[in-house]
Amino acid sequence: MIPAQFDYLAPTSVADAVAALAEHGDDAKVLAGGQSLLPILRMRLNAPGVVIDLGRIPELQGVSEDGDHLVIGAMTTYAAVLASEAVTTHAALLSKAIATVADPQIRHRGTIGGALVHADPAGDVGAPALALGAELVIAGADGSTRTVAAEDFFEDLFATAVGEGELLTQIRIPKHTGWGAHYEKFVRVSHQWSIVGVAATVRSEGGSIAEARVGLTNMGSTPLRARSVEEALVGQPATDEAVRAAVASVTDGTNPPSDLNGDADYRKHLATVLTRRAVLAAAGA
Amino acid sequence: MTRINMTVDGVSYSDEVEPRTLLVQYLRESLGKTGTVIGCDTSNCGACTVHLDGTSVKSCNVLAVQADGHEVTTIEGLAQNGELHPVQQAFHECHALQCGYCTPGMIMQACDVLKNNPDPSEQEIREGLEGNLCRCTGYHNIVKAVQQAAGTMSSASSASSASAASPASSQAVSS
Repeated sequence: MIPAQFDYLAPTSVADAVAALAEHGDDAKVLAGGQSLLPILRMRLNAPGVVIDLGRIPELQGVSEDGDHLVIGAMTTYAAVLASEAVTTHAALLSKAIATVADPQIRHRGTIGGALVHADPAGDVGAPALALGAELVIAGADGSTRTVAAEDFFEDLFATAVGEGELLTQIRIPKHTGWGAHYEKFVRVSHQWSIVGVAATVRSEGGSIAEARVGLTNMGSTPLRARSVEEALVGQPATDEAVRAAVASVTDGTNPPSDLNGDADYRKHLATVLTRRAVLAAAGA
Repeated sequence: MTRINMTVDGVSYSDEVEPRTLLVQYLRESLGKTGTVIGCDTSNCGACTVHLDGTSVKSCNVLAVQADGHEVTTIEGLAQNGELHPVQQAFHECHALQCGYCTPGMIMQACDVLKNNPDPSEQEIREGLEGNLCRCTGYHNIVKAVQQAAGTMSSASSASSASAASPASSQAVSS
């Protein structure tokens, strides 16, 4: 199968890309790494008149540091994020989660920004972005930019705060230097989408948990943050018993889907087990 | 139509293509490089894996226009001067196939795995090939072939670095 015909634009700056979006509006689709968009176009689930390829905009690529934040260009590939020592050092949770995305070929092309804006609830980037308190920089018309907290970014299934005529340009992540991290992903086939995934990062102090952040993949129409678990973990020793008790509330406020891979109750059971494992691993227990 | 320039298996091409043309389609239908096959058409199976600027990609999941100005290597470009690439040779010797349909993609991805990790464990090989499906369930011999190729390639590269090192070291002694 091949996509329906479209016109192709490959702007070389964010300003040109935003201008192209303004010109073509609803008829345009933005192509990032293409690892979700191209299958959609091939299956004719969508047939835009214009495809705007962001692949030739250097300013959207790469990882840099800005004081106590990491700044990741939206078009940075998964592979480039994984290769970044700065990410491993200051946002280990993101590396751990991205290492589980799809397969090596897809990680060579797929981008962190593309994944966030696509906002598939089974994708593995949303939960760590939420847990790490990421900020998303969005460019709009006339050179304007605005910054949205990850908490406010995911609106619904495949829907984000990126509005018409706007582009996600940067992901800013507060450094979590020295925090332990683990992403526990449950799948039946190695390169499958998460049935459930749990992103946990923990700052330990004197053998107990001083701070914890927990994000959930595929437990609702958006990635979710398990704040009650984060609070219950503070001050707990990193033992099986203590963590088991602290994560008991992880399914509060979740609304997981029921599908061929499992019904909602099964996913809730999984979330409890996976959260315990993720937190213990993040705490080095 | 959009004009694209691409180096494929060491040869430069310049063509007009429809923007919707997939890289795999361009390779097969315009350039006749039918060694790269289309398996699932949904980016799952990895049969169409090629190298784009030296890195493995699924060519059914890349537009030809995205590869404009870049370099592509297909399974047809691996053998040099009529000699099979060590990974191809190992797949042959270990009988790392049954029907052979997944083989071009498996070999291209195996090359990528070995480029990043010249001495992978069995687990690392299996994880490196996780995006390549063999429906004959022939993974056992595929993993063996990648292990054998790793051995061949590392002894070849240590032999060549030893011969390259000797003039340099004698020069160091003489200076």
